[in-house]
Amino acid sequence: MLPRTYFLAFLVLLALLPHVLYPVFLMQLLCMALFACAFNLLLGYTGLLSFGHAAFLGGSAFIAGQAAKVWELPIELSILAGTLTGTLLGVGFGLIAIRKQGIYFAMITLALAQMVFFYALKAPFTGGEDGLQSIPRSNLFGIIDLTHEVTMYYFILALFLAGFLIIFRIIHSPFGQILKSIRENEDRAISLGYRVDRYKLAAFIISAALSGLAGSMKAMVSQVVSLSDVHWSMSGTVVLMTLIGGTGTLFGPIVGAAIIVSMEHYLGEYLGSWVTIIMGVIFVICVLTFRQGVVGELEQRLIKRKLPFQSQDSTS
Amino acid sequence: MHIKSLAGVTLASLLTCTTALAAGISDDKVVIGMPSDFSGIYADLTGKGSAIAAQMAIDEFGGKVLGKPIELLTGDHHLKADVAVGITREWLDRKGLDAVVDIAASSAALAVTKLMTERGKITINNAAGTTRLTGKDCSALSFHWAYDTFALANGVAKAMTLEGNDTWFFITADYAFGYSMEADAKQVIEANGGKVIGSVRHPLSGSDFSSYLLQAQASGAKVIGAANAGSDLRNTIKQAKEFGITSSGQKLTGMIFFIDDARAIGVKEAAGLSVLVGYYWNRNDESRAFAKRFEEKANKKPNTIHAGVYSATLHYLRAIESAGTDDGQAVAEHMRKLKIDDFFAINGFIREDGRMVHDMFLVKIKPANEAESDWDVFEVVRTLPGNEAYRPLSESECALVKN
Repeated sequence: MLPRTYFLAFLVLLALLPHVLYPVFLMQLLCMALFACAFNLLLGYTGLLSFGHAAFLGGSAFIAGQAAKVWELPIELSILAGTLTGTLLGVGFGLIAIRKQGIYFAMITLALAQMVFFYALKAPFTGGEDGLQSIPRSNLFGIIDLTHEVTMYYFILALFLAGFLIIFRIIHSPFGQILKSIRENEDRAISLGYRVDRYKLAAFIISAALSGLAGSMKAMVSQVVSLSDVHWSMSGTVVLMTLIGGTGTLFGPIVGAAIIVSMEHYLGEYLGSWVTIIMGVIFVICVLTFRQGVVGELEQRLIKRKLPFQSQDSTS
Repeated sequence: MHIKSLAGVTLASLLTCTTALAAGISDDKVVIGMPSDFSGIYADLTGKGSAIAAQMAIDEFGGKVLGKPIELLTGDHHLKADVAVGITREWLDRKGLDAVVDIAASSAALAVTKLMTERGKITINNAAGTTRLTGKDCSALSFHWAYDTFALANGVAKAMTLEGNDTWFFITADYAFGYSMEADAKQVIEANGGKVIGSVRHPLSGSDFSSYLLQAQASGAKVIGAANAGSDLRNTIKQAKEFGITSSGQKLTGMIFFIDDARAIGVKEAAGLSVLVGYYWNRNDESRAFAKRFEEKANKKPNTIHAGVYSATLHYLRAIESAGTDDGQAVAEHMRKLKIDDFFAINGFIREDGRMVHDMFLVKIKPANEAESDWDVFEVVRTLPGNEAYRPLSESECALVKN
């Protein structure tokens, strides 16, 4: 069960932050955090390493932007259109990729994502290298003015929390238990009579849909969608965020996203392209010394402290 | 589209009218921002050099205008429009940004200009080339300073077509600048009896141009026009040489070519190319004097963009002085009214569409043995008067121009 006190503290922190830090930066962070959480549902809880999640983020961002700018849909419908795009892409990718495992699965998702990238590069509506610019922010439900950044922040926060709670609910449902059993031992899950492929497909689609939501939010926040959102390096970034934060932990991806996005934001100003190198070093240190990521490691320390006897037993 | 952008402009001006009453300097300082390329393929054409040039203009004012300090902010946008917008928005929200100058890459320039106009602030585009900035996407608060793709095409493509090079093939960078460059060049070539027989697009920051070059070679065009810039252009020219394209009789020309490019490729390789520039350091005493001051700080000679940034920043600050405020709308009016008086903007004035029209120079790259120094690269062939170089207002797509 999600420790209620942690969650409440987390909520209060998120509600107060825009009065301390720059709201646009926080909104970008929330979008990336949701993206990482959606990715973690697949990697951390189902054991599937997808290397094509940029397609869901960027693809849906382009559609959400197009919906708001050209089709002139209100913001809530634009985000819905984007999320739907992510879902549909997820169905397409899932049906093809889910048949394979391990490295083949990763490569197939990467290949499919590259197809989406090149489509975005060439399709006229995405603006190619220019990206989709000046996406308007219409009033929420026709009344709430979202041009004010702090108001927009609370809207984005609400969407983020909705996505986060969906993931939380899934993980702690019987469905989530089966996903975890597939992660631990797929053959055994099959032998127990579960139709593993269908569970994996469902997890894949949910992950894609939530990534789509994150992408649509990102489009509305930055009001620009560019090719870097569909580029394969975005798929790499989300892997990095999840691993540094801690795979298979609820808060890990959020912490990972916070680390990576803040580094890009605050260090980028002074260090320029050195940030990429520093991120690489951090990644190496993470893999060598604390493999469970920041949150994973913390959790383990806490458990050890609480149950000293048990952990001694297991080591002896 | 026109109605919409008009509405946007009026809205922006209405918004600023309310603040215009409160004259003076906002936040007790004037903040000039420069989101540009400090690490990518345009870094040596703009980047640090542009920042130095802007700082020189600020220093000319003693670092103060109307008694308030002037601050220069720089940020690396990695050639990405979304990053550029992010940086600019943060400056607007948190640092009290008043104006933006330079902005490398047309895609970023278009996005930043729109944001600045929305907020009622001034943009002076300089390094970005696309004519959309004074065409479809013009605004009352944005200006275009050093050059644009129409002028470049009008200089280079026209000169070459009239020399009998009447079939062209374009290798175009796949973004706003490339499209604009190719379209403007095509118009000029066809108006002068030439023909464009094909084109191919490559992604920005490319490294391997072989397949594009082979297509260009196979087309049999007399001239291959490279509608790209910075190291993309340099790589195109170098690789064309390696393929023996230029030695087999086809001509290759860069549409936008700076003194830095000539030196990077090697003056020997580039000799004979026709180029249009807005500034050449070794043209007269005034231009040499600026180059000397610039070189002391930057360790290289300034190019058109650097000199343009200096001129634009200086004019912006003068307009603040004459307007008595840093309010966007008021400063924009004074920028249009005020005479532009410096070594860069020869016969310069600002048109209704925001275009700063000034004389341009058609130059040829000197053979290496005629050069007196490493930087003695160009020979001025003729002066192209501003009105001849830039797109006439009668053809303008800008909503501010009353046709």
